[in-house]
Amino acid sequence: MAYTLELDDLEDLARGAALLGTGGGGDPYIGTLLVAEELRRGRTIRLIEPDEVDDEALVIASAFMGAPTVVIEKIPGGDEPVTALRRLERHLGRKADAIIPMECGGLNSMVPLLVAARTGLSIVDGDGMGRAFPELQMETFGVYGVAGSPMAICDERQNVTIIDTGDDNRSMEWFARGVTIRMGGVSYIAEYPMSGTDVKRTAIPGTMTLALRLGRVIREARESQQDPFQALIDYLSGTIYEHARILLEGKVVDIERRSADGFVRGTATIATFDGATKVELTFQNEHLVARSDGKLLAIVPDLISVLDAETATPITTEALRYGQRVRVIAISTPAIMRTPEALDVFGPRAFGLDEDWTPVEKLAPL
Amino acid sequence: MRIGIDVGGTNTDAVLMDGDRVCAHTKIATTEDVTTGIAEAVKTLLSGTQYEPSAIQGVMIGTTHFINAIVEGNRLAPTAAIRLGLPATAALPPMSSWPERLVRAIDGRAYMCHGGHEIDGRRIAPMNCDELARVAEEIAAQGVRSIAISSVYSPVNEECEREAAEILKELLPGASLSLSHEIGRMGLLERENATIINACLSELADHICRGLAEAVSGAGIDAPLFLSQNDGTLMDVDYARRYPVATFASGPTNSMRGAAFLSGLRDCAVVDVGGTTTDVGMLRNGFPHEASTEVSVSGIRTNFRMPDVLSIGIGGGSRIRSEPFGVGPDSVGYRLTEKALVFGGDTLTCTDIAVAAGIADIGDRSLVRHLDRTFIDAVLQRISEDMTNVVDRVRTSSEPIAVVAVGGGSILVPESLPGVGEVRRPEFFATANAIGAAIAQVGGEVDRMYSIQPGQRDAVLDDAKQEAVDKAVSAGASRSSVQIVDVDEVPLAYLPGNATRIRVKAVGDLVLAR
Repeated sequence: MAYTLELDDLEDLARGAALLGTGGGGDPYIGTLLVAEELRRGRTIRLIEPDEVDDEALVIASAFMGAPTVVIEKIPGGDEPVTALRRLERHLGRKADAIIPMECGGLNSMVPLLVAARTGLSIVDGDGMGRAFPELQMETFGVYGVAGSPMAICDERQNVTIIDTGDDNRSMEWFARGVTIRMGGVSYIAEYPMSGTDVKRTAIPGTMTLALRLGRVIREARESQQDPFQALIDYLSGTIYEHARILLEGKVVDIERRSADGFVRGTATIATFDGATKVELTFQNEHLVARSDGKLLAIVPDLISVLDAETATPITTEALRYGQRVRVIAISTPAIMRTPEALDVFGPRAFGLDEDWTPVEKLAPL
Repeated sequence: MRIGIDVGGTNTDAVLMDGDRVCAHTKIATTEDVTTGIAEAVKTLLSGTQYEPSAIQGVMIGTTHFINAIVEGNRLAPTAAIRLGLPATAALPPMSSWPERLVRAIDGRAYMCHGGHEIDGRRIAPMNCDELARVAEEIAAQGVRSIAISSVYSPVNEECEREAAEILKELLPGASLSLSHEIGRMGLLERENATIINACLSELADHICRGLAEAVSGAGIDAPLFLSQNDGTLMDVDYARRYPVATFASGPTNSMRGAAFLSGLRDCAVVDVGGTTTDVGMLRNGFPHEASTEVSVSGIRTNFRMPDVLSIGIGGGSRIRSEPFGVGPDSVGYRLTEKALVFGGDTLTCTDIAVAAGIADIGDRSLVRHLDRTFIDAVLQRISEDMTNVVDRVRTSSEPIAVVAVGGGSILVPESLPGVGEVRRPEFFATANAIGAAIAQVGGEVDRMYSIQPGQRDAVLDDAKQEAVDKAVSAGASRSSVQIVDVDEVPLAYLPGNATRIRVKAVGDLVLAR
């Protein structure tokens, strides 16, 4: 069923998208402002299910890439992601029939909405990451055979680069990263042009409305004095992100970040209030792995998020501070993200971890 | 000797301190014009002692004037906001996320021009003098005299803001200019918001600061005048005139710092009960715990350093209802002395309950003799539960923590909070705000992007620390007392050259001339 997004949905969507951002992907707040501005001008955003897309339709993925910390300073002009889409259309010689988010976690939950509002195109309720990931090849579209190329990259001066690396999505990421740095650390992209059939076959379905509902579940639980964590766990059990576990409640006792290979890498240690148990989180923009005393608790691509212990507000790795009282939650990824092909692209070894993936529901049984 | 004054919405408290000793204190009603109230408070304060005004070496004032002006939306100057960042940033013009009410209150006008910097130091676009001249013309035609200037990445490179300010100064002589790099940290919208707030307060700041200075010199005191800032440090009155926005959250900060001083505790929860609200915050290492996320002031998102304070609507003037049973959040406020039962009024307030229960002795006790003991206990029980609940939300560990109660209404805080611990009510608890102002320190902060070459991290950090120390010293701190109280590094994702955002804060004791 198609769904028309309301102004009141944006805060809930942002909260849910930050949860799915697993610590990375950028704070969606600035995105809510951009989208709210469009809705106030009377533009509409229509979300359609993958099944509602014609098999022959052309669908293009939309996103920003680069450092979220740059976006909060160099706010977009607003046309960048639209120009990227239009220039890719011109390159392909064909108009898009719909757009699809590249990444439902973090700020990228909002950028495609801006494009949908400005172009009037419908946006597919689904995405290629099911969370946030740091690189462009880490998408289910590519995992299941869709080429990311050709892609278009645009900046606020309307400078555009077209990258075509055939079906080599890793090279596409590598070139695009270089261009993004030249564009001032952030760029807006249109990529993975694909058919409606490809969307149905390769996208993770329903992730935008999932983000919206997760944000709403947290808010409504808070408003009715219920435990927002239990509400989240209950809600998730009826979705393709079936298993959610609270790994620990405690205080941030150490946070160490360093910049390496163009990513923020580091560790955060959360200790229970009596100090008896600790969980160590390792992150590369997003949280990759949670361990306690060397014992594995959860590992990528399963989701690991840090939430305010009281309000269940998601906290990005950048905003983590010593002394914060938090709960760590781990959530299972959908089956489409757990196949051998998928784990090749965004499993533990793709992040340089010398470890196999184990489902969170096995690591932390109820 | 120093004098600390807290100008609240209802009362003005003043204390006279000799080093760490409180020599005298007084409380008078706040007056409509700043000058009379303060002059009166200083006079009353000194009249009870043998001290001469000439013995005073410094006067420290905490005021809620500026935040109240924003909350109430009055006495604000018509303001223009000019942002340098085109072609970037056009999607969200200045003030686009502000409540309509406040945009109207400041007659806010937004302009966007070319300029601003990239993270790597390049200009986004060259600045255009003609473009700025056209904006200046329009501003002049509308008679606007307060201008906020912001520019992309100005905390890293302030060139564009300075150049624009030069051009505008020439075209609009006498206009008051607020530059964002002097006011906020990274985050264009939050920094710009703070700058616009600062600009619209400029005329009021002029007026208030002059009033404060006159009141102090009128009392025969020839000593420097300081205002307290959000983070518990001081600024001199000239600085306050230029940056009134920095006083925003000084109220809670002062009461918390005052509580730390009076109780001798450096880590505790502070419960400050006023006429309308109870504010609860945590002290860490003698300083208020700051909010980790952006703080919204009257619906405007800012990134000020503000204490993380939770408020509930319970205070001395809170209204009490029996059907349905409830305490607050509405309050009779400054009309307590006419509305409360003990003062012959017709409204049952928390103060009446305190008097009836025998924990306070103000007004006419016989006027609350009729209240039922079970009902009184039920109200006190509710207050205790609500306060326990807030303290529990603020504290960061399940260990018992010390709780310090301050403020005029703190008689309402029970002797102990269930599951939290015993409550301390130090001597002079009612004037903790004014004491917090009197003992405030001065600080300096650096918040900027650095490109850190391999092996250079320590050197870069040392540079940043030195700059923060120098800033504290130039703000009036004695060099030997300055300490680094906060260091925070955030490397930027996806960029080469180890671009890192470093924040350093230094504070020290204020030097007072003998």
